[in-house]
Amino acid sequence: MTENTNTNHVDSFQKRKNKDEMKKQLISFALMIGFTIIAFIAVASDAMDQMFIVPLILILALVQVGFQFYYFMHMKDKGHEMPAAMIYGGVWAALLTIAALVLIVWW
Amino acid sequence: MSIASTQKQGFGAFLWDYITTVDHKKIAHLYLFGGGFFFLLGGLEALIIRLQLVVPENDFISAGLYNEMFTMHGVTMIFLAAMPLLLGLMNAIMPLQIGARDVAFPFLNSLGFWLFMFGGILLNFSWFMGGGAPDAGWTSYTPLSLQSPGHGVDFYVLGLQISGAGTLMGGINFLVTIVTMRAPGMTYMRMPLFSWATFVTSMLILFAFPALTVGLFLLMFDRMFDSAFFDVALGGNSVIWQHLFWIFGHPEVYILILPAFGVFSDITSTLSKKRLFGYTAMVFATILIAFLGFMVWAHHMFTVGLGPVANSIFAIATMAIAVPTGIKIFNWLATMWGGSITINSAMLWTLGFIPTFTIGGMTGVMLGSAVADYQYHDTYFVVAHFHYVIVGGTLFGILAALHFWWPKMFGRILHEGMGKITFWIFFSGFHLTFFVQHFLGLMGMPRRYWVFLEDQGLDMGNLVSTIGAFLMGIAVVIFLINIFYSWSKGEKAPADPWDGRSLEWAISSPPPHYNFKQTPLVRGLDPLWIEKMEGKGEIRPAEPLGDIHMPNSTVLPFMMSLGFTIAGFGFIFQVDHSAYLILVFAGMAIALLSMLIRSLKDDHGYHITKEELEREAD
Amino acid sequence: MSHDHSLNPETMPQEPEKATLEGRNKFLGLWFFLGGETVLFASFFGTYLALRNSTAGGPASTDIFGLGLVFAMTMILLTSSLTSVYAMYHMKNNDFKKMMLWLGITGLLGISFLALEIYEFAHYIIDYEFTFRSSAFGSAFYTLVGFHGGHVLFGITWLIALMVRNAKRGLNLYNAPKFYTFSLYWHFIDVVWVFIFTVVYLMGRVG
Repeated sequence: MTENTNTNHVDSFQKRKNKDEMKKQLISFALMIGFTIIAFIAVASDAMDQMFIVPLILILALVQVGFQFYYFMHMKDKGHEMPAAMIYGGVWAALLTIAALVLIVWW
Repeated sequence: MSIASTQKQGFGAFLWDYITTVDHKKIAHLYLFGGGFFFLLGGLEALIIRLQLVVPENDFISAGLYNEMFTMHGVTMIFLAAMPLLLGLMNAIMPLQIGARDVAFPFLNSLGFWLFMFGGILLNFSWFMGGGAPDAGWTSYTPLSLQSPGHGVDFYVLGLQISGAGTLMGGINFLVTIVTMRAPGMTYMRMPLFSWATFVTSMLILFAFPALTVGLFLLMFDRMFDSAFFDVALGGNSVIWQHLFWIFGHPEVYILILPAFGVFSDITSTLSKKRLFGYTAMVFATILIAFLGFMVWAHHMFTVGLGPVANSIFAIATMAIAVPTGIKIFNWLATMWGGSITINSAMLWTLGFIPTFTIGGMTGVMLGSAVADYQYHDTYFVVAHFHYVIVGGTLFGILAALHFWWPKMFGRILHEGMGKITFWIFFSGFHLTFFVQHFLGLMGMPRRYWVFLEDQGLDMGNLVSTIGAFLMGIAVVIFLINIFYSWSKGEKAPADPWDGRSLEWAISSPPPHYNFKQTPLVRGLDPLWIEKMEGKGEIRPAEPLGDIHMPNSTVLPFMMSLGFTIAGFGFIFQVDHSAYLILVFAGMAIALLSMLIRSLKDDHGYHITKEELEREAD
Repeated sequence: MSHDHSLNPETMPQEPEKATLEGRNKFLGLWFFLGGETVLFASFFGTYLALRNSTAGGPASTDIFGLGLVFAMTMILLTSSLTSVYAMYHMKNNDFKKMMLWLGITGLLGISFLALEIYEFAHYIIDYEFTFRSSAFGSAFYTLVGFHGGHVLFGITWLIALMVRNAKRGLNLYNAPKFYTFSLYWHFIDVVWVFIFTVVYLMGRVG
């Protein structure tokens, strides 16, 4: 009931804040789509050397995931210290695991 | 309310009460009972192993049965005895120490227990059906575990998968409880060390167990559905299993030892009547051990052939762990220094722990040296090392905690004389068993071998080792007698038998099911001690007396776990005949139906009203 | 605070998902669970990366992966992430109907994603004879992508149960955390997919 904003003691400040937040999220969504398209084009066009493509698409993925976590999942907001700690803990263990399986699997 | 008095309501009602309970204190009883049962089973397996090795070329049991015996001994002791006993202690004590009425997710808590229990039962069914128990060692390395005939390893996979899921739930539950449910004033840096250890251990569980989950899935797919993860002919690789297993497996040993460190910290400071020396350093040492514990798993794989660079990195990281551990040892000594020490059975275990664990730590540094490890690898030296840290650390910690918190958990005090006898017999038995194993290992006796030849210098050492093992067995029997004695005619426990320092000693023994009538107000580290010294000797309430919200009992966790276990049997035997798929579907149906009921039926719990609370005499 | 009465705009707290202790617990519990899930998927990714060239003479990633279908799946899942953001936006404004509408769209997008994934798998199996059992690469590929698909399936089931159960009750402090934790889970599925399309498909095309 968005038209009720001026009556009924609805906290119009809060509503405005939610709206601003939504605008930011739309921008992050647009950027995410953009990154995705760049990554797909980079691979499909064969224009670049694969030495560059792999790091490029990995960086694009990381930035995109950052948007997901910080904007879509609100990790930038206060009250998310513990979630952030646990996610970064998980990421640390994840990096170790992937590094192990990529670098020191012995054939 | 002791177990004896509840029995009057009839055994059926008593059993139903425990099956449906969501009270963290009763779940703790269940964990202690379940873990204790599997501990006795694992101990029996240990005695059989030692009997086989008592003389050279013995044929007490067959080679195949011997393989099953040591595999099940390891799996049982780690997953089904040590961890559940620790989880039981955490359940019983941690919410009381932080001044909480309950845990964050009582339902998940109960589900976690039943998954563990059913997983353990499923695993042990392998003795009776499907061609024998798992026999590929507790590490279950491929390709050995792929080649193992019969269903033993399948039971290993499914049993650990189910009980591991339960442990993960327990970990998340404790984490959230500590974050959101600490009493007013109970900041992180005022939490007793046991609660800190619970917190850090739960983090380790959260990050370590998924790797095991994945490893078990891969092994399960390879064994049951012909995938090719570890099948070299199709491009698979066995090193992947080793990495995944140890990425879980090494944090696992810190999951076992950190709670014991917490126990010893609380016991040392309480029974020395001193504030814990270097509290902040202790907390950060705990965190540092957990952090480093994730980066050292490959020291189990020095001889795999990862190359000198990888081996050096992991050797250095491994030795670095000795630093925070050393900080802890010195802090315990400094806490006792100049304290007024009460030497009772709980303190005896603590005093026995320090030298024992230090020896285990030093052999750990020896093993951490990659070059020397080529000599030690897979010998009895390793066996001696990990028994010194797991028995000398974790098990001593569990026994110390049981003697220390038994009054709080069960309302009766354990018999002091019997407690001391248990300690001395166990302590001497332990060192007899494992000290000689260092030398057996250095002389080249490999672990997991069924027999050894005579006149190679191994005869005497093995005989001594077996004698020691039986002494430990006798000590455990005395401890059991002690439990039954205290149950039937033990001294009733006062609220605060040890002149305690933390919140759990501020409420009656055993605590009422809502724990704290009024949420306590915490004014500093060792809150009860502060009130004893500066206040009126009792904890001040942080809120007026009011209604208390409690969760309802439910049988759903039991049903879910039962369902998953039935499905587990189905998965194991569908390889033989597809008719067993019925079990998979039936089990999953039971589990999913229970989940559906859980999500569709609102469970708001109930309230204990203020009037009822007032009526209950203090 | 009462759990049973629907919220009206006057009693609506700013963050209904965290207004009660139960809500805060659920919120943190799900976040911590996602921390563990990170390691779970990392283990699958690591296994895949170790085995991605172990084709044992069977089809290799450069032979079979096409970009068109994956691009469509990616767009669908990314969009479903945005629609669940919209749902949470309307939850915070206490507009139950719009929230349900956007959640419904999220669910439909999830279902179409799954349908495309099933089609994709069938395509590989029938046209390329590339199966779970054909090589270590096959096992690792189907396990990684399949576990993600399983997570999507679980998410959809969860969403349907939530929507059906609360269709007539409106928003309250008891179910707001449930909707919110679902949306967190759904974003996480998207996060995993971002890595899957990058590491499995795009890097698989590059070789």
